[in-house]
Amino acid sequence: MQSSRSSGGPLRMAVLLLGAVAFLFPFLYMFGESLQKANTGELGSVLPRPGSSGTQNYEAVNGAVSLGTSLINSGVFTIGVLLCTLVLGVLAGYALARLHFRGRGTLFATLLLVQTVPFQLLMLPLYVLVVRDYGLGDSYLGMILPFAVNSTAVFLFRQFFLQLPAELFEAARIDGAGEFRVLWRVALPLARPALLTGTLLTFIGPWNEFLWPFLVTKDADMQPLAVSLAGFMSNLRGTVDNPTGAVMAGACVLAVPAVVLFLLFQRHFTQTDIDSAIKG
Amino acid sequence: MSLPLISRAPGSGRRTRRLPLGALFASPYALFLLVVFAVPLGYTVWMSFHRFYFTAPGAEVDAPWVGLSNYRDVFTDPVVQRSFFNIAVFLVINVPLTVLLSLVLASALNSKLPLRSFFRAAYYLPYITASVALVAVWSYLFGTDGLVNHALGGLAPDPSWLVNSSLAMPVVAVFVTWKNLGFFVMLYLAALQSVPGELYESAAVDGAGRVRTFLTVTVPGVRPATTLVTVYAIITGSNLFSEPYLLTGGGGPDHASASPVLVLYQKGIEQAHPDFAAALGVVLVLFVVALSLVARRFTEKKEG
Repeated sequence: MQSSRSSGGPLRMAVLLLGAVAFLFPFLYMFGESLQKANTGELGSVLPRPGSSGTQNYEAVNGAVSLGTSLINSGVFTIGVLLCTLVLGVLAGYALARLHFRGRGTLFATLLLVQTVPFQLLMLPLYVLVVRDYGLGDSYLGMILPFAVNSTAVFLFRQFFLQLPAELFEAARIDGAGEFRVLWRVALPLARPALLTGTLLTFIGPWNEFLWPFLVTKDADMQPLAVSLAGFMSNLRGTVDNPTGAVMAGACVLAVPAVVLFLLFQRHFTQTDIDSAIKG
Repeated sequence: MSLPLISRAPGSGRRTRRLPLGALFASPYALFLLVVFAVPLGYTVWMSFHRFYFTAPGAEVDAPWVGLSNYRDVFTDPVVQRSFFNIAVFLVINVPLTVLLSLVLASALNSKLPLRSFFRAAYYLPYITASVALVAVWSYLFGTDGLVNHALGGLAPDPSWLVNSSLAMPVVAVFVTWKNLGFFVMLYLAALQSVPGELYESAAVDGAGRVRTFLTVTVPGVRPATTLVTVYAIITGSNLFSEPYLLTGGGGPDHASASPVLVLYQKGIEQAHPDFAAALGVVLVLFVVALSLVARRFTEKKEG
């Protein structure tokens, strides 16, 4: 729909710019402070100035929490979830859309139910099971398990496979292709947009997640960046010269991968695909 | 309008074949749901009716049946009550702010504009960024010696925002509003597309001004999205964790910004009362599922 109220151009622009400032200012603050030698608490300190800027805050936070190890842990956690979602989630999405089997309706109903129950509500029994009963505390497997297959992505894959014309699948089957071949040769090459969107929305879950890895990792060498940065904020910030700068440097390192991915692929990111705002 | 909670009719199966392969393809996911959803859900219900202790690995301790006693403890606990009150505070701030700001920004975005994709990206940025990173920024902005207090000078609140029992929860609510606003701007943008253009034309014919058109056409036209904002706000308010844990130092001061999930963590894991936390978890699951059903009813009405 084109707006029928096209007047008020300057006002519209002013509102939008004001909004952009409100959304972007904290990011500017985060980046600006991360380069400051000392925190003055003044507005001007957000802008990098020659003489008072440098990378020493990154070195300080790296000395306190070992950014490299934390980034590797975040990476393994995120890539593990992505792999499981892309392999097992695509198989499930394809089966839910294109194949008949007993329990398909139940499985789909469960998928919808799971999306409405936030993970946090099951954290206690999951913690007891994963950490105490299965002994998976301080392990990648324990970290990945509750997130392994992103149900929103499964839902997205199913919707995508449903939209593909049925004739396509019939033709491949008539040509004698097995079901696995149909999925691999016909459905997957066409599903690239859905796979990309699925990857993006799955990525931000484990990369940004704090609560679960915080519960399962007590060993600092196993903590992903969100957890080690939170630990640094609560316990260790007194150990560096410019705590504000060091925390902001860590925050930048945590924020940048998701922000870059988003900016690269933002036209694929639409509100229909993103997990609902239920996830705090 | 597409919304995340909408379920579409299951796919027509007339052209698919009856193959056990489907079960094979779906079984890893089904197993996953069983392990991380069904079993924990059953376990938490079971735990909530028993006296349950954390034990050393290998030690066998009885978990006697205690009926509803955990639930009675949950409902009479002042901290739990406070956390539910905090959801109300969260709602009173988050819902009107979210509705107002996202409606204004979505209306402004709803036309051909220079920089349109820049604005969309800018609004979305906080939504995709880790809470921990953004909480870190806000904790400095609203700290005692932070930028906000510097800007306010003599008007700065004392005690400062995050350690003030009447301001801590409002700051959390404003933070969450800010973080999630981009999502709701896009939701309202989609909702605005579905308001029939004829309504604007007839309003114009009737000589309605801009404000009147906005109030009588736009606002009723996006009502389903507004309902969703309210439902999401209640669910988000129940599930806050990083924000009260990190921004206000564990839901402080004195539980003034505690959320039910934070209480669940503190009672269940920090203070080692898993049975109490299990009962609280069951109450919250029922609460959230009921709300989601309400939300789905509203969105389906919109579709139908």
